[in-house]
Amino acid sequence: MSSGKGGELIPSSSELDLDRPNIEDYLPSGSSIHEPVGKLRLCNLLDISPTLTEAAGAIVDDSFTRCFKSNPPEPWNWNVYLFPLWWCGVVIRYLILFPVRVIVLTVGWIIFLSCFIPVHLLLKEHDKLQKNMERALVELICSFFVASWTGVINYHGPRPSMRPKQVFVANHTSTIDFIILEQMSSFAVIMQKHPGWVGLLQSTILESVGCIWFNRSEAKDRETVTKKLREHSQGVDNNPLLIFPEGTCVNNQYSVMFKKGAFELGCTICPIAIKYNKIFVDAFWNSRKQSFTMHLLQLMTSWAVVCDVWYLEPQNLRPDETPIEFAERVRDIISVRAGLKKVPWDGYLKYSRPSSKHRERKQQSFAESVLRRLEEK
Amino acid sequence: MGNSSSMLTQYDIEEVQEYCQNLFSQQEIVSLYQRFCQLDRNAKGFISADEFLSVPEFAMNPLSQRLLKMVDGLNFKDFVAFLSAFSAKASVQQKVKLIFKFYDSDGNGKVSFNDMLEVLRDLSGSFISDVQREQVLTQLLKEAGYSKDSYLTFDDFNKIFGISELKMEVEVPVD
Repeated sequence: MSSGKGGELIPSSSELDLDRPNIEDYLPSGSSIHEPVGKLRLCNLLDISPTLTEAAGAIVDDSFTRCFKSNPPEPWNWNVYLFPLWWCGVVIRYLILFPVRVIVLTVGWIIFLSCFIPVHLLLKEHDKLQKNMERALVELICSFFVASWTGVINYHGPRPSMRPKQVFVANHTSTIDFIILEQMSSFAVIMQKHPGWVGLLQSTILESVGCIWFNRSEAKDRETVTKKLREHSQGVDNNPLLIFPEGTCVNNQYSVMFKKGAFELGCTICPIAIKYNKIFVDAFWNSRKQSFTMHLLQLMTSWAVVCDVWYLEPQNLRPDETPIEFAERVRDIISVRAGLKKVPWDGYLKYSRPSSKHRERKQQSFAESVLRRLEEK
Repeated sequence: MGNSSSMLTQYDIEEVQEYCQNLFSQQEIVSLYQRFCQLDRNAKGFISADEFLSVPEFAMNPLSQRLLKMVDGLNFKDFVAFLSAFSAKASVQQKVKLIFKFYDSDGNGKVSFNDMLEVLRDLSGSFISDVQREQVLTQLLKEAGYSKDSYLTFDDFNKIFGISELKMEVEVPVD
């Protein structure tokens, strides 16, 4: 979702270019803070302990992996009387709630399809009416989805209005973020194209609300997507755009760096913060561990999905701000509201290695220190 | 260990603790095991090079490639033994031993001029020329009483690092 500089074919690791806020400011640099002084001796040259320590520190714990750790609620069924209680809970959830939810969802789909298909095929001339009806229907099916997880959603703040040159951004925990937000007001979202039945849904129904697709693995894709984003945001009649600038699902305790694409469109940015209550279910979709179907099934066999959604004050690019600074400022607003810890990593590092610029920076500082101390006699 | 469940028994913990010469507390070993299981994605019993490199902070480190030769494919016991050199309770000798093993990549007990040059190259990259690197290393070896053709043993390393304070500590987070 971020624009490269012109049509570069370099994969997403080039995101970590010199434009980004300096990661070194965030990372613990330990002993490298203490600049060594004095004449260079053999033991100084051979002393790799600072660099080794950093590597070992990364092996033991690192802030990037922490962002994608699923934290399921602690098991509490370890007792003679707690276990049967928990067992009752399981029976209720799987044998009573789950079938009811499946029925609710099926009914919802039947109603939706029986209205959507005629509207889509027959109302081709009455553009505006068709659009409004399709929007209402998508909101309806999203409500059915939310009902199928017994979603208890607290919306705070004024409902988004449909105005041009307005883009909504939110933190991302799972694809259901979109469903939860779409239930309240119609958005056009930008999403990764998924395979399977989700992809089918994307290309048929979500097209009608004006969604935009991108493919993470295609490098040139970014340029076309940015163009589409720009066109869409200028259009008066289009649904407001919803963008998840993190670019990937994070576990709702941390937030990774926001991609600047959404912040360069020349639009007002309306931040939305979403926080799930972990006691009921861990809504983080760990796409490395589960497919989306399994994720939905997990939600449908839990007690409830409880979350808070805050619509925050719209922000504009300040005259002295770069888009990256703007993105960080909005990330700050959202992280504070949703109680997320900020980490200085690009979410796409889930899929690719960091660029060599960081290693080179470390090598440069080591080289400079050695050469400087050589001068001292 | 090597079982697929993420639970350590008390026996396991004590065995690992003995193996790493009591340099980690039992709590720390439990935390390290959680971390080990987190990195070892498909529960194979060891962490592959690719899985280490998926930690961006590790991949960015100039010494990561050489370090991978030491840690790739280690089971949990050896993983803890490797990290024990970074414990606060480890002695300077134990830390020097790890540094020596790091330089001595072929494990023959001797560190050659080339070994040291390779590590220097990893650390300084293209910011010092090859010629200058050789010059600096030769000069410093001479000043310390060795020559370009000397092979340094572990005792030599102890002598070189003897008096200096090595700050090589990593804290294991214990929740």
